[in-house]
Amino acid sequence: MSTSATDISELVKREYKEGFVTDIDTDTIPPGLDEGVIHVLSSRKNEPEFMLEWRLNAYRHWLDMQEPDWAHVHYPPVDFQAISYYSAPKAKTDGPQSLDDVDPKLLDTYAKLGIPLQEQKMLAGVAVDAVFDSVSVATTFKDTLSEAGVIFCPFSEAVREHPELVRKYLGTVVPHGDNFYAALNSAVFSDGSFVYVPKGVRCPMELSTYFRINASNTGQFERTLIVADEGSYVSYLEGCTAPMRDENQLHAAVVELVAMKDAEIKYSTVQNWYPGDEQGRGGIYNFVTKRGACRGENAKISWTQVETGSAITWKYPSVLLEGDNAIGEFYSVALTNNYQQADTGTKMVHIGKNTRSTIISKGISAGHGQNAYRGLVKILRGAENSRNHSQCDSLLMGDRCGAHTFPYLEVKNPSAIVEHEATTSKIGDDQLFYCRQRGLSEEDAVSLIVNGFCKEVFKELPMEFAVEAQALLGISLEGAIG
Amino acid sequence: MTMLKINDLHASIDGKAILKGIDLEVKAGEVHAIMGPNGSGKSTLANVLVGRDGYTVTRGRVTYNGQNLLELSPEERAHEGIFLAFQYPVEIPGVSNINLLKASVNAVRKHRGEKELDAIDFLKLVKAKLKTVDMKQELLYRSVNEGFSGGEKKRNEVFQMAVLEPTLAIMDETDSGLDIDALKAVASGVNALRADDRAIIVVTHYQRLLDYIVPDYVHVLAHGSVIKSGDKSLALELEKHGYGWIESHADDQAGAATVSGAG
Repeated sequence: MSTSATDISELVKREYKEGFVTDIDTDTIPPGLDEGVIHVLSSRKNEPEFMLEWRLNAYRHWLDMQEPDWAHVHYPPVDFQAISYYSAPKAKTDGPQSLDDVDPKLLDTYAKLGIPLQEQKMLAGVAVDAVFDSVSVATTFKDTLSEAGVIFCPFSEAVREHPELVRKYLGTVVPHGDNFYAALNSAVFSDGSFVYVPKGVRCPMELSTYFRINASNTGQFERTLIVADEGSYVSYLEGCTAPMRDENQLHAAVVELVAMKDAEIKYSTVQNWYPGDEQGRGGIYNFVTKRGACRGENAKISWTQVETGSAITWKYPSVLLEGDNAIGEFYSVALTNNYQQADTGTKMVHIGKNTRSTIISKGISAGHGQNAYRGLVKILRGAENSRNHSQCDSLLMGDRCGAHTFPYLEVKNPSAIVEHEATTSKIGDDQLFYCRQRGLSEEDAVSLIVNGFCKEVFKELPMEFAVEAQALLGISLEGAIG
Repeated sequence: MTMLKINDLHASIDGKAILKGIDLEVKAGEVHAIMGPNGSGKSTLANVLVGRDGYTVTRGRVTYNGQNLLELSPEERAHEGIFLAFQYPVEIPGVSNINLLKASVNAVRKHRGEKELDAIDFLKLVKAKLKTVDMKQELLYRSVNEGFSGGEKKRNEVFQMAVLEPTLAIMDETDSGLDIDALKAVASGVNALRADDRAIIVVTHYQRLLDYIVPDYVHVLAHGSVIKSGDKSLALELEKHGYGWIESHADDQAGAATVSGAG
């Protein structure tokens, strides 16, 4: 049997359905970065003094830092002076007070993306914060949430309305000088979501943020902070898309999670930034720092990510297991097609006793895609009886793509049990043929096999999003389908 | 009525001629056995009929229920009721047996303009068919063929066939590697499918399977062409004398076929 690499490459051609541009008046500051820009940014947002100071500290720190080069990704140097650090749709007021104040073009944009912001049309039980370029344009179900005592608002609003909470937690998980991109984000972050769930409250609905990059030559630097106080629970989902453009755009976000004693945070991502075209032109550089801290006993943080977009993905959602019996989980599906590159994984740092972590990573490579899993499991001296189980599976389609696994283990406590399993498999022509002989089209066969490969991760997603994620993988691998 | 008509079929793999002028006619209701030594082209014939990649038809025609079979994609052939029980059923990790089968049944139903089966009706159908091949129910929920024994894989093929109820079933060396119990189970599954409106082609190296699936016709393949056809007694003679016997009897024919194949 001949290996029909060409057939497979036809199959994995994709069409990016979110690649449109919204024509809207914007307030965009000119490209370039210096302390002046940070002053402007901070004043546009009416930030309190402490916030400006924090940004400037981060900026000064960043100036001394080097761009990291250890990841298994390759790209030309980013010109940080060519990026505009603030772009927002022009609004009548400082910020939209209600959905009636939101420009209909923006509502249309989200409707086109399948995210209706009108509450009566929303999925029952999901509240959405919609972030367009540098600002949040709408947050739904705020009233319902505030009855439960849950704060869910744009980050910039939290800085003004709840400065004490922001001040208490901001940068406590990802310090402003943590790494090159985190420092840049700390200096120039624009908007994002803020969540606070008070003691003993189970958040009555799923929370979600929908990030959209629209303007060209801008970067998106959102910052998300989620705090689950003692005994509380919250499930949060983020989705992301961007227009198709020939140049690369930078997205450098920071997400911090804090779970106190007996609290649980479930954080799910469906990342579908523009991946670039078939020749690898354009696409988003997705350089993101995500980290959660289990601050108290029995705290639990669970990251689930489905990464199908971006030209380059560089992110390691991590958990610091500080409290005894804390649990950290990481479930990931990363797909790279055409010339996409991903270097993603997690860090599980076991500090408390009896802490447990689970890592399940599924990498899918097609076309010329390069997919690396990079994960650190660190068991500190005091972490008696800690356990980790890691499973990293790679699926290859065609023979021009690559899969790489870089597991790092640092075990300082002899009572710890650490397990690592890894497999690599290939969607074979014989598998596709078997399915076709049973009446399935090639596309359906690929989709069946890929979804089967990912199901351990999909089952961790909230129901509605699991369906969306499956559909997204289908689209991302769709090819010759007319 | 003639269901499958093969005329002067030539096919090659990587430029190497394997089939060198096959003629065969199969009517609804018939069971044909295709026998022959290793390398005679039996499996190639089976694979060409289902449209597998890598097999190039260089000459000849195949009509199936009046249409040109060779123009159809593999899935279209499946939709039209052609089923291959694979010689080496492939493992598909992560995809449960029952999921594949459901997708398969519904793809065929969709093609026929029928409504997709709901989960309850589908399960009912599946459970009834499990009995006919004496297959363990737990295999439904395992990944397709993953970790199955040789016998379980072959039973699974016949089970899929029972569920899909094809018009033309092609069994490619379904007996290879089976112990006698598995062989009997597979044969009884196949026999249960014998019907006036269905044809079955059994490709096999050994006569043994034909004790349990009694064919109406036996064809012997050597060097890429049919060198002898007959009824079931031909299989018994082969068993007695071996392939050498028939090849020496058919030397002239085989030689002619080789020459025409090379030309």
